[in-house]
Amino acid sequence: MMNILVCISNVPDTTTKITFTNNNTQFNAAGVQFIINPYDEIALARAIELTDGGKGTVTVINVGEANTEPTIRKALAIGATDAVRVNANPHDAYFVAKQVAEYAKTKNFDLILTGRESIDYNGSKVAAMIGELLDIPSVSIIKKLDVDGSSATVEREIEGGKEVLTVPFPLVAGAAEGVAEPKIPNMRGIMSARTKPLQVMEAVPVTTLEEVVDYETPAPRGQVKLVPADNVAKLVDLLHNEAKVI
Amino acid sequence: MSVLVYAENADGKFKKSIFEAVSYARAIADANNTSLVAISIGNVGNDQLTALGKYGADKILNVSNDKLKNFVNQAYASVIAEAAKKENADVVVLSNSFSGRGLAPRIGVKLDAGVADGAVSLPDQSSGKFLVKKTAFSGKAFARVELTSPIKVVALTPNSYQVVEKAAAGTVEDFSVETKESDFKAMLKDIVKATDKVSLPDAEIVVSGGRGLKGPENWGMIEELASLLGAATACSKPVSDAGWRPHEEHVGQTGIAVSPNLYIAIGISGAIQHIAGISASKVIVVINKDAEAPFYKVADYGIVGDAFEVVPKLIAAIKEYKASA
Repeated sequence: MMNILVCISNVPDTTTKITFTNNNTQFNAAGVQFIINPYDEIALARAIELTDGGKGTVTVINVGEANTEPTIRKALAIGATDAVRVNANPHDAYFVAKQVAEYAKTKNFDLILTGRESIDYNGSKVAAMIGELLDIPSVSIIKKLDVDGSSATVEREIEGGKEVLTVPFPLVAGAAEGVAEPKIPNMRGIMSARTKPLQVMEAVPVTTLEEVVDYETPAPRGQVKLVPADNVAKLVDLLHNEAKVI
Repeated sequence: MSVLVYAENADGKFKKSIFEAVSYARAIADANNTSLVAISIGNVGNDQLTALGKYGADKILNVSNDKLKNFVNQAYASVIAEAAKKENADVVVLSNSFSGRGLAPRIGVKLDAGVADGAVSLPDQSSGKFLVKKTAFSGKAFARVELTSPIKVVALTPNSYQVVEKAAAGTVEDFSVETKESDFKAMLKDIVKATDKVSLPDAEIVVSGGRGLKGPENWGMIEELASLLGAATACSKPVSDAGWRPHEEHVGQTGIAVSPNLYIAIGISGAIQHIAGISASKVIVVINKDAEAPFYKVADYGIVGDAFEVVPKLIAAIKEYKASA
């Protein structure tokens, strides 16, 4: 029996045009669709594959306020066994990692999975922070995850290649593309999601180590300079002499 | 007080992104009126180590413990945190490489330090706060983060800060440190490297292909163009989803974010998610037969035409340019 904890975060859907309010200090959530962070969905799909057929349980945990419940129910519909919501605004990666670690300390998870990063803050921090807080190994960006008895074999991406590691349980890993195909919830999953347990817990206090001060949208780029298709040499000339990139 | 920079080595050598991190750390040390200490872990030759002095390292700690000759995430994080304590570092800098991403957060937790990962410019300390600009929303925006803890960890995005030669003492010192058994649970079984390819996250030039190329069998010209330019190859999401190219090449909001000097997009229409992943590119060139392709709205240069005609001509033009240069 393998017990897996999957951390999921609630993020703006990938087609969202990102804007800010309050003098650029707040993300403008008006009219935005929220989804499970795509990398977390990959982690969840793998967890379900590994425990399929009664071979274990998959608990999903989210740090968020009541507005994240539809996203958590979606994870249950996809196939998680049960869910936990730590009732707090996910202030930063350290805050989230602390909540997850506190919860995980009371249980016996073999494997804790996150996505490699969230598409809102692109942090890649939570998995490693959970690992450090629990004093267990972490592999931050994995492309493959297999388990064998009481250990995992993972492939971690490096520049120009990959490393294959064997890590004994318990460990934390951040799933990247390739670990699994995201699962689409079926009708049975959607129906059962309504009654699967969703426990709400209070957050533990955490020292604040970082604060987002404000945001900036990138400066719009100028007009494109079109080069005729029959004079490609001109592009080479522009790239060398004008842009100076070759 | 000092600044500590982790100089990650690749097969005993330092890549340009590490010199960038050292130059960046030097600039912070200068702003804070403190010294810069570099730390290297693994089998790195003395001439490589002293070269870090060229980019501003006053001292280089050499950790050549045999148990640490290959990267071990937990153990390396412990060693770097120990060095930070020993050197009284109040800022720890790393390159935001794949290994850096695994290390920075653990070092942060060990030192009760806030971690600014993916920094794109020098910290702004002008208002007395330590503010770091980083990309957010997968390249659709920037966030300025204040690290409020006494010690700060900053991981620098490759190709975001220029290498600066600023000679300093560069004294190499052996740093021996006690390692914990419990830090070595993860065991390395194999390293697989495609040594002939330019690594995408560090690449200065990227040649990227999309669905407009119709199939994986047509990638030869992409690879040839990339090879001529010393570029890395990349692709859009539909191409990697279809299995035409490996996942590591997928650039976009749910793929990797790149920050090259030149990004050449061939047969890619420019969906918002793809553009998010390349928005930090300094110069963008778009080649697409559809003049209405959204990608042209963010391109610096463009050629409207059939990729199968334009790219071979581009290859020929570059060969000619190289021959005459």
